[in-house]
Amino acid sequence: MRPAGRGELESLYFQYPTFEFRRSPELKGDRALHPVAVAGAGPVGLAAALELARRGIACVVLERKNTVNDGSRAICVSRHSFETLQQLGVASRFEEKALGWTSGRCYYRDRMIYRLEMPHSPEERYLPMYNIQQQYIEQFLIDRASEFPELIDLRWQNEVTSVAAEGDEVVSEVQTPEGAYCLRSRYLLAADGAASLVRKSLGLKLHGENLPGRYVIADVRMQHDFPTERRSFFESAANPDSTILIHRQPDDIWRIDWQLRGHEDPVEAVREANVRRRLQAILDMIGHEGAWDLEWWSIYTANTLCLDDYRHGRILFVGDSAHIVPIFGVRGLNNGFDDAVNAGWKLAYVLQGRAGDALLDSYTPERRGATLDVFRNAGKSSRFMTPPSRGYALLRKAALQLSLSQEFTRRLADPRQVAPYTYADSPLTSFPERDREFVGGVPAGAVAVNRRTGADDFLLGHAGPGFTGLCFSKGESLPGGLPDLARRLQSIDPDFRLIQVSRTPARHEGIDVIVDEGNISEGYAARDGTFYLLRPDRHVAARWLVAESAEIESALRAALAGGTG
Amino acid sequence: MSGSRGFEGLERAYDLIADAIDAAGSEQEALFLTKLSLVLAHKLDDLVALEEAIAIAGADLDV
Repeated sequence: MRPAGRGELESLYFQYPTFEFRRSPELKGDRALHPVAVAGAGPVGLAAALELARRGIACVVLERKNTVNDGSRAICVSRHSFETLQQLGVASRFEEKALGWTSGRCYYRDRMIYRLEMPHSPEERYLPMYNIQQQYIEQFLIDRASEFPELIDLRWQNEVTSVAAEGDEVVSEVQTPEGAYCLRSRYLLAADGAASLVRKSLGLKLHGENLPGRYVIADVRMQHDFPTERRSFFESAANPDSTILIHRQPDDIWRIDWQLRGHEDPVEAVREANVRRRLQAILDMIGHEGAWDLEWWSIYTANTLCLDDYRHGRILFVGDSAHIVPIFGVRGLNNGFDDAVNAGWKLAYVLQGRAGDALLDSYTPERRGATLDVFRNAGKSSRFMTPPSRGYALLRKAALQLSLSQEFTRRLADPRQVAPYTYADSPLTSFPERDREFVGGVPAGAVAVNRRTGADDFLLGHAGPGFTGLCFSKGESLPGGLPDLARRLQSIDPDFRLIQVSRTPARHEGIDVIVDEGNISEGYAARDGTFYLLRPDRHVAARWLVAESAEIESALRAALAGGTG
Repeated sequence: MSGSRGFEGLERAYDLIADAIDAAGSEQEALFLTKLSLVLAHKLDDLVALEEAIAIAGADLDV
């Protein structure tokens, strides 16, 4: 919503682009079969298109609107998502614009009780979290997509209104200003958001629960001198019974979220005069004395809803069409990116004939597993933020009051921000007995950690588009049999890349050698001969304290067979 | 608790808790007892023992 007198797209800081409608070839009678159609050009649909494009897979992206999102919405982009954006070749744009942060402050009755420090070290390429408005996120992804004119056919004002499976293809009905048409594709990614028409047309329903608690989120523009940190307030004088969150965004925009109290009418709460009154009370509380302009606001409920299955034949649901998560865990967009990448590389491998259809069956357990993990944490956060009973209310009050002097209760007040999910039980993760031989490092199924490999060079920047082998060595020679193994793995996955992480400088033809100062082997709990097999999405498929060629080959085959090989 | 020292200790705890509830006052006694439980649970650091204690304390409340 915008203040009275301003249009939906009249922003104080963002110039909304207008993307032109072009008559689609199908409106002129074209009946081409496209490898992939993507319904929705939000951040998740665009990320999926880019993930496909970097693998040479063409797609048609169909978007109802002719511009980007109407408000800042999802503003927190995690380090893991930045590592994904780096793979999509667009991270530098984000880094220039976004405001990174590593810490937060939590207040109880306007006294600081907790200082949150997110894990960070010089080994990391990116900060733990960045704030950037969703319009920029979409704009940068659209600009990147336009660099693949042969592969990404981005069609504005083309809305997918229904879909049907017909034999081994998907037929989507698409509405445009100049009429409707049918688009044929081998696969469809439904990235058409919480109100997904693809989902509705298949008669699928989200299941779960509506957690108690509504949140108004409002953006104001102001000159306000405070570092980029997340501030959370419990029982503040400005909103005594519920929580306030404040985030800084680029362009002097500040995001202020507040929770509605149980008795507050959500319709009244979002009336402009009431929004302004509440904002003024909050700004008074944080000591902001200058002028401010109201930019945009919206209201959210804390739902935990998802589909029972994220795959329906040749249709995969990615992002909000598959799951709706509470905003306070910052997992809506970040998990959406993970969905896009997971679906993207798997679809590409199937379309390229490197993997069978069974690979796609791993999409639901992995990504729905990640959603359920978010739900578990959201439940805990929600029970703290909106106590469901007198018992929970007493415990919260007790914990907050203790936090004034005691360390041990302070973390309870921290809105949980979930880390990337570990695919420990995924059909693609193999050799658990080898995994158990390690003490520390990156467990099988977990996402690979970054390590510094030079002044401006980091381990994850070396991963290729395919599976990656990290082979650790003390001396310059590779463990016996590995060069042969690399060739065999490349015959299974032509994008397979072997990286030797060596304590001694070395040169081998066709192998990327990184000199390890000890920090990489430490992070991976590796010794001479240790081998990690990373998936295209940087998760560990399997690992060996000492490389076993035959097992490594079978782990790659098993991963591409969706665990059934 | 066994032995006279243990019993004397319990008698002392009895007085300490009673005095603290009175000091908190009827308005705050529930909050005080909740805080006390959280602190003790943290010091105890034993979920099984805590569950036993909760079961014992919760028994016969309506007798």
